[in-house]
Amino acid sequence: MIRCNVLAYVLRRIVGMVPTLFIIVTLSFFIIRLAPGSPFSSERNLPPSVIANLEKKVHLDEPLPLQYLRYLGDVLRGDLGYSTKHVDFTINEFIARALPVSMTLGALALVLALSVGITVGVVSALKRNSLMDHSLMALAILGISVPMFVIGPLLQLLFSVHLGWLPTAGWLSSRAGGLTLILPVLTLAVTDFAYIARLTRTSVLEVLRSDYIRTARAKGLSQRAIIWKHTLRGAMLPVVSFLGPAFANIVTGSVVVESIFDIPGMGRFFVNSALNRDYFMIMATVIVYAVILVIANLIADLVYAALDPRVVYE
Amino acid sequence: MTEETILEVRDLCTHFRTDEGLVKAVDGVSFTLNDGETLGIVGESGSGKSVTNLSILRLLPQPPAIHSGGQILYRGRNILNMNESELRDIRGNKISMIFQDPMTSLNPYMRITHQIEETLMLHQGLPQKQAAEKAVELLAQVGIPDPRVRARQYPHQFSGGMRQRVMIAMALSCRPDILIADEPTTALDVTIQAQILDLIRELTRELGTSVILITHDLGVVAGICDNVAVMYAGRIVEYGPVEEIFARPQHPYTQGLLRSVPRLDLEPGEGRLYSIPGAPPSLVDLPEGCYFQPRCEHALPVCSRRYPPEFKTLGRRSACWLHHPEAERG
Repeated sequence: MIRCNVLAYVLRRIVGMVPTLFIIVTLSFFIIRLAPGSPFSSERNLPPSVIANLEKKVHLDEPLPLQYLRYLGDVLRGDLGYSTKHVDFTINEFIARALPVSMTLGALALVLALSVGITVGVVSALKRNSLMDHSLMALAILGISVPMFVIGPLLQLLFSVHLGWLPTAGWLSSRAGGLTLILPVLTLAVTDFAYIARLTRTSVLEVLRSDYIRTARAKGLSQRAIIWKHTLRGAMLPVVSFLGPAFANIVTGSVVVESIFDIPGMGRFFVNSALNRDYFMIMATVIVYAVILVIANLIADLVYAALDPRVVYE
Repeated sequence: MTEETILEVRDLCTHFRTDEGLVKAVDGVSFTLNDGETLGIVGESGSGKSVTNLSILRLLPQPPAIHSGGQILYRGRNILNMNESELRDIRGNKISMIFQDPMTSLNPYMRITHQIEETLMLHQGLPQKQAAEKAVELLAQVGIPDPRVRARQYPHQFSGGMRQRVMIAMALSCRPDILIADEPTTALDVTIQAQILDLIRELTRELGTSVILITHDLGVVAGICDNVAVMYAGRIVEYGPVEEIFARPQHPYTQGLLRSVPRLDLEPGEGRLYSIPGAPPSLVDLPEGCYFQPRCEHALPVCSRRYPPEFKTLGRRSACWLHHPEAERG
């Protein structure tokens, strides 16, 4: 019965994603076209006849509404078109190669941020106002305030240049192997780690002050049972709510981190395609990111509902 | 009923260190609780009744709370000197507590049965299966219909009165010697209040559990308590048998409290409802002398100089200068 409700709820949410994605696709399509320049206006001045030919090939010579409808049709068929820069591959092929890279990077960073962030938050809350608490929270503030494009190079400088322990850049190259993962994952995890640590601390402290924890103490439960059985579940709810934004941080962060560490993922394509006015490539990355974020939010909501019995699927 | 003392509170002082200064929430409170007795503690909010009882189980967070003096003797052992594991052995087992707000006192993320099982497994060493059986039994005992189904539910699926019943089931699950009920009916509908009080009275009588009932409802005290302690500004001002005190209140504060109870036997418009003038003093900045003196109609010159000692009069203790043999002369 309940399981059935969950399934119906998930289906309804997935149907609900369609208008969201449609609006995102439509807006991005026209906003990109508003930007000055075109895919073929590069530094190398091409003869106008060549440009006209190229535009004809990708239908840029047609009226905009027609192009839009044509593009929508292609997307619905699962065809994201061609990059105007790299004509050797379809965009689908690009994504098939780049998405797993970004997903690996993002998933590792999120797992790291969650596990370390929650641990640090709980420890800080339990040792409230101690030296440990203050130093951990100072670290978290640092993590929130220092942007990734500063942290990344600093880590490279320390661990690669000075200490020589880790490779500066690259992705799973045969020589350095998994070691290439460490610095980018660390850099990407820092912001979310910091938010999650602070959120967890606040939330654990709040739960510890609640009436039902007083009841648990009055029952004679040990501190350990009070923390594990009574505090953590409720205290995790704000963290779960933060999963959506946390995922968004990871996605935007990957754009920066992939550039810093020269990682062949979606983020790097996103930046390059925007710079090149590579219309269809931009659209493709926007669509992929949008789908990922919408799904991440759905997952966060499902986890929340699983933790809080008061949530009703409707 | 055996007249054995099981709890003796002697000169208890519980203070709070705050930014505004030292708050003397409880300052020299003494009372005794006998086997099977029901003691009522009444007073306005902030008079220290809850703090007194949270001190008995040492449930106040320290800091800011400091137990700066006195003794709480449970069967002769001072609770204030116990270590954490001795305390845990008493909490929920020998002395248990139910709280004012049943809506927030149960863990919203745990099934009712698990919350009751916990105590049974911890203090009685029952295996989980048996504890679950016992939980259903307890729920039936506190009058929850369909207990087997209800046990599997979460607190939000229960009404306020039902949750308080669950709290009672939990508190009495280990047949404690003492049940502390901190305003157990204040947050409930009037129609439910009597049911809950009846339930507490019946079950504790059955188990021979002594009760400390904290309330500001004098009607409740008259109905079910043997003795009553009236608290004002962190101290007990009058303490003795309920019938005595209700029939002939000696302390001006008790007299005022009793006069402020609305009466149904008066016609509408016949006599305004009495209220004690003024407001309770700030616990950080207590007045010189008797704390009640600024609001007292009978204040003598001595009242603003020295806090009155307790006088034994008419079968009770009362802290008021009016009982001094030379009071007439001021």
